[in-house]
Amino acid sequence: MDRGAHRTVSDASEALALTGITHRFGAVTAIDDVSMTLRAGTVHALLGENGAGKSTLMRIAHGMIRPDAGQVAVNGTVRELASQGDAIAAGLGMVHQHFTLVPAMTVAENIALGGRGPWSQRAAERVVEELSARTGFALDPRAVVGSLPVGAQQRVEIAKALARRARVLVLDEPTGVLAPGEVQGLLRWLRAFVAQGNAAVLITHKLREALDVADDVTVLRRGARMMSGPAREASEQSLTAAMIGGAVERAPRSPRVPRHDAPVVFRADDLVVRDAGDVVRVRSASFRIAAGEIVGIAAVEGSGQRELLRALAGRLPVSSGTLVRPPAVGFVPEDRHGDAVLLERSLAENVALRGLGGARGVMHWDAVRARTRTLMADFDVRADGPDVRMRALSGGNQQKLVLARELEDGPGLARGAPPERQGEQDRTADHHRFVAPSVDSPPPTASALVVENPTRGLDVRATAAVHDRLREAADRGAAVVFHASDLDEVLLLASRVLVIFGGTVRETPLQRDAIGRAMVGFHS
Amino acid sequence: MSVHSAARGDITRRRIGAAALIAGVVLLALAVTHGGTASLALTALWRGSLGTWYALTSATLVRAVPLMLTGTAVALAFRGGVFNIGAEGQLLAGAACAAAVALGLPSGGAFTVVAALGAGAVGGAAWAGIAAVLRTRFGVLEVISTIMLNYVALHAVSWLVRGPLQEPTHAYPQTLTITDATRLWRIPGAGRLHAGLLIALLLALAAGWALRHTAAGFRLIATGDNRAAAASAGLVDVAATTTHAFLASGALAGLAGAVEVLGVTFALYEDISPGYGYTAIAVALLAGLDPWKVVASAVLFAALEAGAGAMQRDAGIPSTVVTAVEAMLILAVVAAQAMRRRTAAT
Repeated sequence: MDRGAHRTVSDASEALALTGITHRFGAVTAIDDVSMTLRAGTVHALLGENGAGKSTLMRIAHGMIRPDAGQVAVNGTVRELASQGDAIAAGLGMVHQHFTLVPAMTVAENIALGGRGPWSQRAAERVVEELSARTGFALDPRAVVGSLPVGAQQRVEIAKALARRARVLVLDEPTGVLAPGEVQGLLRWLRAFVAQGNAAVLITHKLREALDVADDVTVLRRGARMMSGPAREASEQSLTAAMIGGAVERAPRSPRVPRHDAPVVFRADDLVVRDAGDVVRVRSASFRIAAGEIVGIAAVEGSGQRELLRALAGRLPVSSGTLVRPPAVGFVPEDRHGDAVLLERSLAENVALRGLGGARGVMHWDAVRARTRTLMADFDVRADGPDVRMRALSGGNQQKLVLARELEDGPGLARGAPPERQGEQDRTADHHRFVAPSVDSPPPTASALVVENPTRGLDVRATAAVHDRLREAADRGAAVVFHASDLDEVLLLASRVLVIFGGTVRETPLQRDAIGRAMVGFHS
Repeated sequence: MSVHSAARGDITRRRIGAAALIAGVVLLALAVTHGGTASLALTALWRGSLGTWYALTSATLVRAVPLMLTGTAVALAFRGGVFNIGAEGQLLAGAACAAAVALGLPSGGAFTVVAALGAGAVGGAAWAGIAAVLRTRFGVLEVISTIMLNYVALHAVSWLVRGPLQEPTHAYPQTLTITDATRLWRIPGAGRLHAGLLIALLLALAAGWALRHTAAGFRLIATGDNRAAAASAGLVDVAATTTHAFLASGALAGLAGAVEVLGVTFALYEDISPGYGYTAIAVALLAGLDPWKVVASAVLFAALEAGAGAMQRDAGIPSTVVTAVEAMLILAVVAAQAMRRRTAAT
């Protein structure tokens, strides 16, 4: 049982101690010499932006990833965690951001899953009832997990860890999926859990939560520990600075000022957008975007940027309010293989994909091939010709071709076409009735491009090439709107920044600390 | 690029070669284990399928007509991402509608024939339309619904030929025979072969051309390849495209049923199709879902099935042997496709 247990090196009051953890994915150092100590009876908040290394560090602590260097000690004993099984045996439990439950099974079955010996429904249900009493979670052992609301599913996930006698819980972004009332309930429960001598790591990028509930705080940035200490000594300013590197305020490399008389291309007034599940994702947003601008949308994951971009691109309907946009907006979604290209088709066919919905009659493939050749030359797409399959191209070349396609003023996308207006549509009765059309702005004639994480998965050179193309497009008079998870990329590229947090859109000065604060819900 | 397509062509040739080899070996092995001699079996197979003018026209090509139409139907649907395995049911629906119109209209030449063919196409499309609504409205997988609708269609035909459409003496479970003036024109000097062959060839050629050269065809292909990309990057109405794929596929299969009634059976009865709609899946897969290649693939399968009868008569080898060979062909094709995907991925 005690396989991998070595000597006692540290205080038994340290529930979890990570020392000198380093881990590389290929050439990228994801975790760079990070140490942190979780004291028994406390909540430790682990903060950082997307991609800072929070989840990777906790996966190491949970035996899911073997670190390249460093050691993990649980309750004062150094452990060689070769698998999640070892971590569970050591008393660790992880509550993942994306639940690891079987939706078609009952609560009792989910909690019993992975156990050994004969299956007894009664025994499994008794375990759940006993857990319910202990945690106050009020779990119904016979409820089918898939039919439970998200908050209840999360409680099942926690109960599953506790059923395996976890004394140290790691919760990965647990509040992101919860309604505000549920968040309070969960955090209260967490305090009660640690008060019994247990301990918990709370991964989050919400400062207020960390300051409210945690005893200690550790901040990661790009895989390195930026600060670690008692929460009472931290402030939202110091945490923000550590998270986004406020000390290295860097001016945008090419500050671009669009002409004052540039026509407005996008105009939103009290724009409300709902997602496919009918949840409001953009709340009453009002803004203007002019030709020649590159507007960066800064946000942490799940703040509504996805829906805002899709509404601007005409890929998601407007729920209420007004959105004036050009009739054909180029759109480069972040999931290139899923949403932007046909991997098994030729480059020419992929170029022909744009506007296919409205195409009629015969396809003029020779003309499409010629156009594809021109685009490939203009955007430096390295491939043998328009008949190569998309799959044969590198990610950077694929992305350049997608950009080229979406920026092209192809047939049917003639400049000067009147803007499309989406107004307060009555969602139930008449989808095309506009309650409050406004007529005060001139019809935008320039082309427009909406881009989501334009350089995800690309190497340094391809990233620079894509950035250059976006700047050139703006110089030629296109309105470019983009979101990047990486704040550095936003600052590098944007001439103006809109921050969206919890669905609320705010114009924010081009300053790293101001944007960083606004991204996590604070305003100076 | 040139390297790439050369490799692809190589794999296609290898695929066909491997499929033919496997089919041949299995055929011989099965023939021998069933007590026949290999040479006797092959001679019978040849004579019954392609070896004589009569066999070629009246046995093989007559069977190839419904296989071309249903094979094209399946190919179109699969290309659009619609796994229509209900061509059999759509064929029956088309046959029933065509028989009803042919018997119901005053017997009168070209107009009645065209009306009956049209009714067959509409009937097949309507039958496929049920599966289309189930999929687009209620998310019911067509793999399930179309195969279930096959059984429903079979029972519906069974009821029709014992009820409203039964011949007046009520002695046989079938309709009256349609008059000579309502039958498809026979091709002179070609035995039982009828004008349905021209209809099937024309439609297979047209479908292949439409996939290659029209916007609607490319929409179908793009939707079948990647629905999300077709919708997001192409702003294609993927639900409508899916429905169109169902309807076009059903219409072609329904037409196959109409052509059988007007050109071969001249009456509606229960076992009007020896499983053309199921063989069609094999025909389409072997053709790589290209309607142009479906023509050749349909003739191959028709020859195998025509030869199977001769083999049973002359060499005493059960005709199910040919069914096993067809199954082996499909397994070989599917395995070769999986291998091609793996080579492409690396």
